[in-house]
Amino acid sequence: MNAIPRTRFMALGAALAVLLAAGAASAQTVKVAVPTFLTGGGAPTYGTASKNGVELVVRAINEGSLPAPYNSVGLAGRKIDLVVYDESGGGTKQVTELRNKVQKEGVDVVVGYVSSGSCAAIARVVEELRVLTLLTVCGTPRIFEELVKEPKYLFRIINHSTAGNVGAAHYVVKKLRNEAKDGYMGINQNYAWGQDAWRDFNLGVQTLAPELKPANKQQFPKLFSGQYGTEISVLLRAKQKVVHSSFWGGDIEALIAQGKARGLFKRKTFVFTVGEITAHRIGKKFPPGQLARGPYGLYAEGIDTPLNKWFRSEYRKAYKQPPSSPAYHYADGIVAAKYAYDTAMKANGGKFPSTDQVIKALEHATYDILAAKVKMSLGKGHQAVTSDRWGYAEWDDAKGEIVVKDVVEFKAECVNPPEGVNAADWVKGGMKGAKCD
Amino acid sequence: MDFELLLIILVDGLVYGSYLFMVAVGLTVICGVQKLLNVTHGALYAFGAYLTATLLILYFQVDWPQFGAFAVMLFAALFLGVLFGVIIERGLLRHLYHEDEHIIVLATFAAFLVLEDVLLLIWGTDPYLAPEPLGLLGSTEIAGLPFDNYSLSMVLLSAVVAAVLWYGLNRTQFGKLLLAVIHDRELAQAMGINVNRIFLLTFMLGSFLGALGGAYQAPAISVQPGIGVEVIVLAFAVVVIGGMGSIPGALIGSVIVGVARAFAVHQEPALELFVIYLIMAAVLIVRPQGLFAPAKPRTI
Repeated sequence: MNAIPRTRFMALGAALAVLLAAGAASAQTVKVAVPTFLTGGGAPTYGTASKNGVELVVRAINEGSLPAPYNSVGLAGRKIDLVVYDESGGGTKQVTELRNKVQKEGVDVVVGYVSSGSCAAIARVVEELRVLTLLTVCGTPRIFEELVKEPKYLFRIINHSTAGNVGAAHYVVKKLRNEAKDGYMGINQNYAWGQDAWRDFNLGVQTLAPELKPANKQQFPKLFSGQYGTEISVLLRAKQKVVHSSFWGGDIEALIAQGKARGLFKRKTFVFTVGEITAHRIGKKFPPGQLARGPYGLYAEGIDTPLNKWFRSEYRKAYKQPPSSPAYHYADGIVAAKYAYDTAMKANGGKFPSTDQVIKALEHATYDILAAKVKMSLGKGHQAVTSDRWGYAEWDDAKGEIVVKDVVEFKAECVNPPEGVNAADWVKGGMKGAKCD
Repeated sequence: MDFELLLIILVDGLVYGSYLFMVAVGLTVICGVQKLLNVTHGALYAFGAYLTATLLILYFQVDWPQFGAFAVMLFAALFLGVLFGVIIERGLLRHLYHEDEHIIVLATFAAFLVLEDVLLLIWGTDPYLAPEPLGLLGSTEIAGLPFDNYSLSMVLLSAVVAAVLWYGLNRTQFGKLLLAVIHDRELAQAMGINVNRIFLLTFMLGSFLGALGGAYQAPAISVQPGIGVEVIVLAFAVVVIGGMGSIPGALIGSVIVGVARAFAVHQEPALELFVIYLIMAAVLIVRPQGLFAPAKPRTI
């Protein structure tokens, strides 16, 4: 047998090494874990839409088909390896799931969480595990005000809940002052979300128009109670016409079904702070009324950015319906990750960035999401602010879907506290520093 | 407090109480006869609600008489009562009657978890909304407030169910056999009563009533995963207040809780969540066996 000449052997070896290295590089991905409700009460309204939104955008990013400025392939050139998992089961389970995803499965980035309970449970663990995490839906202001005051790895890419309720207060004062002349009242679920929502809304109205008075007693029925006959009697009996509600999920649908049967929505003007998702889902069965949501879902209709036009059109093609807010929130989470990785890569001379470089790129950043511009201006550059939109929702026979009319937009600086100010203190203190003009 | 408000509280309380009775009566029937806490009751309620909502959505797409919706509810409850009565009693409980009662409770809890997943397999995570029947009966003005007659009809339905059960237990041959089994199962068996058959029929009846509660509630709620869990907690509370296995106890316990809750919602809403458990705790302290616990026979 003839021996292979030494030089040829070495050249062959070198070529093989280059090929293997190239193969390994092309196979490198960014593993993105996405927790959302795949089972339980949150699945129908939040889970399905958020999963759809994420999958659509990840597919486009991996193909490089997202419109500019995000039209390159992958996150800093590496394709996304997506892992969607269930958020049900409570905070303790979510902490275990997060540890498993990071320590056993090697997840690089986490994008998601619907429930404020989940977010509160994992907030400190994120910092301990040193995993870049972008919160997408949960609203509690406690995340950066109490739980993680010096965040490094944790970000939230939407407004916290105070903005929605302060926006509601502005809307009532601006558009429903006449209806609210006899005062206003609230029906909110009896847990932190509902209690905080009412507090922020009520204090907001009291700051803006102290002559409008709240009813003496507010309704706080049990979460998921599903039976609101007695509460409807109280609402019908009250002289106040404007009703604030942060009901969501099955509770808002039950309230609507039972309220419609008793003519509740003909006598009262409801201000549903998260009703957009339900209006989107139940369509014609939704009573005409006031709805809020930032630049997402129904309120993103007509926003003429290439990213938004692409998302609405592709979402309709893929899922035969327009995208709701959770679809936007989760898709925006992936877009934020794309922005951070690509920006960090540029700053790193075109090389794939470290996690620290990605974090630096996102802190205090201003960037485009699907239908708006986001500023990471609170929580030491880790908490986003966006504008908040309100309008009158009703069924459109011609279009065959719910539409919003008379949309009023409140600037991010109008409905959010300034940096370094606790949201509750800001509202209690008369919303000083708000820039609404 | 004016008379009008008292009347409204009473009506609200009766409506809520009738809801509680409908979700608890099936549990109390099984509890009384078979001496077991049937946790699958919550799943039966959920199946009743899901099947009814699905059938109603289909029903209202065709041009059939609208009042046929009530027949749809009854059919769904009967179908599920027979189906699950046979499956759970024959397939599971019959093999466990000789076991400790804690084992039986755990077995029904396990079956409940399995059935919850079966619900997800069949119906997925999407909620179902079928509110059309709510508007079929119109509304009635009471003390100046409109009440939908559908909700008021639940008070009537509860009264009918309670009356039929009372009559069936106290005035029919089957009821006498049932009472004999309730008092002493072994002696009844020795006297020639087919206890296995009685147990099967009772479980089917209890399952039917659980499913009927869900079926009648379906138009008023958003039918979605987790509704069975909410109901089973309330149903247990009512059974504890009324006395394990007592149908009059379930009825009166439901009304007491319903009216107390309505009073709280109207006058002091912060107590709403607390009131049902306050009553339960008070009953447990004063009369641990429940308000109307059936008398225990002296055995020789």
